[in-house]
Amino acid sequence: MMSDFTSGFWSTYIVVFTVLAVIFCFLLLTIMGGGDKKSPDETTHVWDGDLTERNNPLPNWWRGLFVGLLVFTIGYLIYYPGLGSFPGIGNWSSVGQFEEEMKDLDAQTKPLYDRYLMMSVQQVAADSEAIGMAERLFLNNCAQCHGSDAKGSVGFPNLRSGAWSWGGTPEAIRESIAEGRTGLMTPLDGILSESATTQVIAYVRSFSGLEHDAAAAAAGQPLFVENCSACHGEYGRGVPEVGGPDLTDNVWVFGSSERAIRESVVNGRNMDLTEGTQAMPAHKELLSQGKVHLLTAYVWGLTNR
Amino acid sequence: MSFFSHKTLETKLPLLIIAIVIAVSIGGLVLNLPIFFQESTTKPVAGLKPYTPLQLEGRDIYIREGCYNCHSQMVRPFRSENERYGHYSVAGEFVYDHPFQWGSRRTGPDLARLGGRYSDEWHRVHLRKPRDVVPDSNMPNYPWLEKAPANAGTITARMRALQIMGVPYTDAEITAAPGQLQSKTEEDALVAYMQYLGTTLKRVR
Repeated sequence: MMSDFTSGFWSTYIVVFTVLAVIFCFLLLTIMGGGDKKSPDETTHVWDGDLTERNNPLPNWWRGLFVGLLVFTIGYLIYYPGLGSFPGIGNWSSVGQFEEEMKDLDAQTKPLYDRYLMMSVQQVAADSEAIGMAERLFLNNCAQCHGSDAKGSVGFPNLRSGAWSWGGTPEAIRESIAEGRTGLMTPLDGILSESATTQVIAYVRSFSGLEHDAAAAAAGQPLFVENCSACHGEYGRGVPEVGGPDLTDNVWVFGSSERAIRESVVNGRNMDLTEGTQAMPAHKELLSQGKVHLLTAYVWGLTNR
Repeated sequence: MSFFSHKTLETKLPLLIIAIVIAVSIGGLVLNLPIFFQESTTKPVAGLKPYTPLQLEGRDIYIREGCYNCHSQMVRPFRSENERYGHYSVAGEFVYDHPFQWGSRRTGPDLARLGGRYSDEWHRVHLRKPRDVVPDSNMPNYPWLEKAPANAGTITARMRALQIMGVPYTDAEITAAPGQLQSKTEEDALVAYMQYLGTTLKRVR
């Protein structure tokens, strides 16, 4: 788009130079191209007494190519934008071509997505063609964090475990994908003493039968209720409304080792998120509703087939 | 013989030099110069903010580590690029970039729309050891960024230079800049930069 010059001068400037260049090329071709092939012009200067140069004209087929190029240039400048602000009679622009492409794409895919949007998540999950599409969407958009097998890794939830910090219903999964989730855990550094932290960790590990000191775990129980139950529930079974994971199912987002749990308790998790970002990014501004619907069905279907 | 004959041009060197300079300047004068006088290339797009000191530090680390050798920052207006990256890039997004980081090689993916796509934590894991999250990645590890402190010493001078180039930093912002880099690492800075990349324009894919 050349229509946005700060002054009309620049359009004229480009037109003048471009037209002059075309004319110059034409003149050069005419003036330098002629001449007798049998006895080419001397260029009339001689070096070292006997070294001279002759102006041997181009063969006609070669000159013809140059002339053809000039004709093409004129056609191009008439049809495509090139002469200053003149958009060309073809009205072509790269953005216009792009929008055209996107319209074609929409015409092809919209009926498909519309059909899937009419179906429930359960129905889509049972439709092998839809799931084939959804799997490719997952690999392109989700696998970077959740893994191509959807089993996640440390810090990135395993979607096949059946444990859902934010709920595993189709609605909850859709919300996680579309709106994103800010799963932050507040640090208890300075709130729990060193020994109290050790006791809470022992209690947390006792939920899923991991090796722990029974006396420390017993001492940790009231500390847990006081400091952790708001998000993890009184019995550690999690509170999906705030994304507090169930601590009793032996599925661990950040690891189950004493050291990993201590890191979570002392320093918290996802506490220092860059402004405007989330632990799980929102995808509603990135992916169409139809794609979010397919992905919801895919993720739901991983554990509900 | 005429004035522009071989003999005149090739035996009078100053004239030859002038003629060559004129000939090679035409292209630049017609293709490059007018771009400095276009709204779309000189006006920021709506909502574009100058880099914060932390993002600017991250950008300098991006340049120092040569990220541009493998990553472009320019989404072209094609359907395939829109599907993969999002809204095509426009010139108005880069008016505060001196110089811009468009690049031309994509050994790795384009990063123009990276902001907000992944979590901070993902970026940290990925920078330290890319293969921990992308098994077949061939990107090098950048583990030292986690430990290196952000360079607060020169940030004022760097922002001043950008101010001269037309980036609308206020003097107060520049004075406050070193404080914002205190106790930040280079990794923090790079993540802040990457989380801002391309967030001004959005398009649902």
